[in-house]
Amino acid sequence: MFENSNHMEFFEGMEDIKSDLREKVLSKRDEIDFDTFTKADVKTAIYKENLNEMDFAALLSPAASEMLDEIAHRAFEVRKKHFGNCVNLFTPIYIANYCENACVYCGFRRDNKIHRAKLDDSEIKREMQAIKEDGLEEVLILTGESDKYSDVKYIANACKMASEHFKNVAVEIYPCDVEDYKYLHEHHADYVTVFQETYDIEKYGQLHPAGKKRSFPYRFDTQERAILGGIRGVGFGVLFGLTDFRKDAFSNAYHAYLLQRKYPHAEIAMSCPRLRPTPGDSYDNYNKVTERELLQIICAYRLFLPFAAITVSTRERAGFRKEIVKYATKISAGVSTGIGLRGKDIEDKGDDQFEIADSRSVKEIVESIKESGFQPVMNDYLFV
Amino acid sequence: MKKDKLILGNKEFNSRFILGSGKYDPELIKAAIEGADAEIVTMALRRANSETDDIVKYIPKNVTLLPNTSGARTADEAVRIARLSRELGCGDFIKIEVIRDTKYLLPDNYETVKATEILAKEGFVVLPYMYPDLNIARDLQNAGAAAVMPLASPIGSNSGIQTERFIQILIDEIDLPIIVDAGLGRPSQACRVMEMGAAAVMANTAIATAGDKILMARAFKDAINAGRQGYLAKLGRVSNEANASSPATDFLMEE
Repeated sequence: MFENSNHMEFFEGMEDIKSDLREKVLSKRDEIDFDTFTKADVKTAIYKENLNEMDFAALLSPAASEMLDEIAHRAFEVRKKHFGNCVNLFTPIYIANYCENACVYCGFRRDNKIHRAKLDDSEIKREMQAIKEDGLEEVLILTGESDKYSDVKYIANACKMASEHFKNVAVEIYPCDVEDYKYLHEHHADYVTVFQETYDIEKYGQLHPAGKKRSFPYRFDTQERAILGGIRGVGFGVLFGLTDFRKDAFSNAYHAYLLQRKYPHAEIAMSCPRLRPTPGDSYDNYNKVTERELLQIICAYRLFLPFAAITVSTRERAGFRKEIVKYATKISAGVSTGIGLRGKDIEDKGDDQFEIADSRSVKEIVESIKESGFQPVMNDYLFV
Repeated sequence: MKKDKLILGNKEFNSRFILGSGKYDPELIKAAIEGADAEIVTMALRRANSETDDIVKYIPKNVTLLPNTSGARTADEAVRIARLSRELGCGDFIKIEVIRDTKYLLPDNYETVKATEILAKEGFVVLPYMYPDLNIARDLQNAGAAAVMPLASPIGSNSGIQTERFIQILIDEIDLPIIVDAGLGRPSQACRVMEMGAAAVMANTAIATAGDKILMARAFKDAINAGRQGYLAKLGRVSNEANASSPATDFLMEE
């Protein structure tokens, strides 16, 4: 579906909320030349009380990479001021991995020969009970992007079930219309995350050859539609490694910044995934982002959006995650990216989306957070 | 001399230091409360909404819990959180926080008045957190608030008394305890607002982010007491000019 369509348009049946944000983000992205920033620009940005987007760009620049220690010290101070020493924990629940898209870098893409599965009510329940035993109270419900196999009603039902076991329910599913978000919110989902993957529009078209995801603008407006549907908080992410990470990090956080200015009550979260190997895959055509570069991105996010949650997933190794909570505020624990791996005796398990690098148990992660002088927080939220 | 008590609702308190609990390790709260001699501790109900790390169990029983409605974006949400707090057995005290801005976390005065009106009628002891505006403070008083809690500067900023003149106006004009909340970063600033006539001080970040939290809690306590005594003792007049030594009214004939 949509194979040869213009990926910069809304496809038939997609809601267009006529947002002004896309033009702003893409034109600013084109304007920025990271090589023009000097160390003096970076210094100014580090100690500024309230950063604008040009200060933020300076922090992402090559000039700033030589000042990473100083940036990190400042980022740690700002983190303490806004979040104290709290680290929020959550876990993802993959309930289905059917997908209509063809993203060339993803293990769930439709032509990848993997086991497909979808959990039924009793399997979802068992999966949730298994997670509950670890003491976790915040869950993120994920599906592949198929509104045929995992429609909004199916996902909403899973959210409602999750709300009976957990305090905080978030979703990371395919982009929906405003009415769908209203429906999901009625079923206790209050946070919506969608990754734009890349803001390089040419690359976006190449990497997403088919499926609804091919429409760049529909995906771009997702967070705004979610807020209009009454969702409390929205998450942003790009997949580092697909293209120039500086440009993508800039575009993603600037997108979040503009959304918060437009909807000041919206809670903002940033994810920072790096491309990982996927099962049965040979996609190695990517621009590797180093840990050092990832730290620079996270610290720049922290200073530009001091109020935003920053999430680091199990795509990163334990040693990195242990230190990164000085700047980030939220980490996943007890993670499986497969379908129904935690609940005992669930058959027809689906394959994983990507490989994880930190396979410590929830208990081990909790202990490690405490050891570093931080405070693990299972819940800081109330559905009202 | 008459005992100097802080009266909120139907309760009397000796301490004028209200401690926040937001940024603490649960284990540290008890020690901070003791250092501060605090009799009231605020607590976000959303933070208490956990089965595995219940923050309430770290707060000593003789301390009055002041649950807040943090997370509420509208009056309606604040009202629902307050009612839930009562259902959960957290008592009738409620600090109203209605915030519709995730960047600066400034309170929404309009929604705060609406929530205060509803909750005061339901018998809550309502302590609204607000941006210091005289008209709003009057509305809060008329709506049945038990105190008014103006901010000194943006929450968590440790940037001191940025709203000094406006807080002074509230102290002078409003017949309710004025509790200065948010932004105080140093003991001297707490002392200053108490000298001005504030009824109490609420602080969290200044203590939670200090190198020695217990010592800082004690420093705030002492500063608050000193400021209170200075206020009660009636401060001497401050003047930039010398007082004229020969009275200007000497020539008047006694009649």
